[in-house]
Amino acid sequence: MGASDVTVLIPTLLRPLIGDRSRVPLAAPSAIPLGQLLDNLHHGYPVFARRIRDETGALRRYVNVYVNGEDVRRLDGLATPVQPGAEVMIIQSVAGG
Amino acid sequence: MTTTLMAIGTKKGLWLATSTDRQAWTLSEPHFLMQEVASVGIDTRGGRTRIMAGVLSYHWGPTVVYSDDLGETWSEPEQGAIKFSESDNAAVERIWQLQPDSAGRPGVVWAGCQPISIWKSTDYGEHFELNRGLWDHPHRSQWGAGFGGAAAHSVVPSPADDTVHVAMSTGGVYRSDDGGASWAPRNKGISAYFMPDPNPEFGQCVHKIARDAVEPNRLYAQNHHGVYRSDNGAETWESIADGLPADFGFVMLSHPHHSGTAWVIPLKADGERIPPDGKLAVHRTDDSGSSWIRQDQGLPKGEYNAVLRDAAGVDTLDPVGVYFGTRGGSVYASADEGESFTEVASHLPDVLCVRAAAVVGS
Repeated sequence: MGASDVTVLIPTLLRPLIGDRSRVPLAAPSAIPLGQLLDNLHHGYPVFARRIRDETGALRRYVNVYVNGEDVRRLDGLATPVQPGAEVMIIQSVAGG
Repeated sequence: MTTTLMAIGTKKGLWLATSTDRQAWTLSEPHFLMQEVASVGIDTRGGRTRIMAGVLSYHWGPTVVYSDDLGETWSEPEQGAIKFSESDNAAVERIWQLQPDSAGRPGVVWAGCQPISIWKSTDYGEHFELNRGLWDHPHRSQWGAGFGGAAAHSVVPSPADDTVHVAMSTGGVYRSDDGGASWAPRNKGISAYFMPDPNPEFGQCVHKIARDAVEPNRLYAQNHHGVYRSDNGAETWESIADGLPADFGFVMLSHPHHSGTAWVIPLKADGERIPPDGKLAVHRTDDSGSSWIRQDQGLPKGEYNAVLRDAAGVDTLDPVGVYFGTRGGSVYASADEGESFTEVASHLPDVLCVRAAAVVGS
């Protein structure tokens, strides 16, 4: 990957839905909002996309996304800017019974 | 030899059971382990057996899947079977009902969802379209949420004409006379004791409705307290709770062939959701609710778990099979219309839905 790429880390359970990849590099020559980055990530993978966001575009309640280790819900949500070279982690939250 | 398939949706997965005599059952390994399966449908129209399931991952959201090989493989429509459009500004939270229509409407499958909405498929459940008549209904803002969420949990199309009945919690029974284009509340006679006006036009907490197999204008309803029958397409309802040990419960099943036969599984009360005195029993009427017969042969003597609204079903064999599961994870089957039961499974997660049918096409 190049220095201007963003790396997205995929949770194990969802890897079969995105070509069995654990890390997906995405081109990001300049900062882009997280929502747009996810649009780019989801392109061509509609089932994967539905696991992350609902029909309104919102992140599912128990899906967490971290940009360089920061929970985007404590930043600016889907509007959080993702800088070139950043690492984006998608992970399920601890929830259930 | 006829093979009967039972699909058991639970809070943590789907189990499939098969039997050639409806006495001895073979239980599958779990499908969709750790995902909630609140709805399942078995569609035997068209010379094949299709299992549909409404699956919910608490992390990854809801989806509809189907299998045409008795669970060997599952398909999920790539674009999603049930989803709102962007302009609806809503998201499906749970799929509560997957109901194949009658043989005369091949391909048609109805779904009931949370938030309160119904959907119609014309391709055997692979893609559904939102029913705009109910979604845009002026009463929407006044419908409430039961404990399980605000959902249209029963969709009951009439095989005779364009009538469709829907039941929602909370909101009550609504009827369409034009195939779903328009809807009006049909709750006259059903009490809503928990509201300031105990006899409102709508707002009742109906738990389940079922249509009589022979008289399409006859319906049965198990309410949040109250068991009712209508003989006029739900224009009016009358109580048929006399003779039951309690008028609370979730289940209402009608016989697939005989008029006047229905089953309920009473629970003691809203505030005590257990079988009355801890004695689990099914109750059957053969005279449209004028009298009830207690059926508990083969059922445990002490049972303190509830049976939820869709955790019961019938097949269409002769005699009819009756099936149900408890929140304690026990599943029971009767091959003789409820006269006697055998335990099919125990210690499963909470049973949310049970459906059974004779397998065709394989």
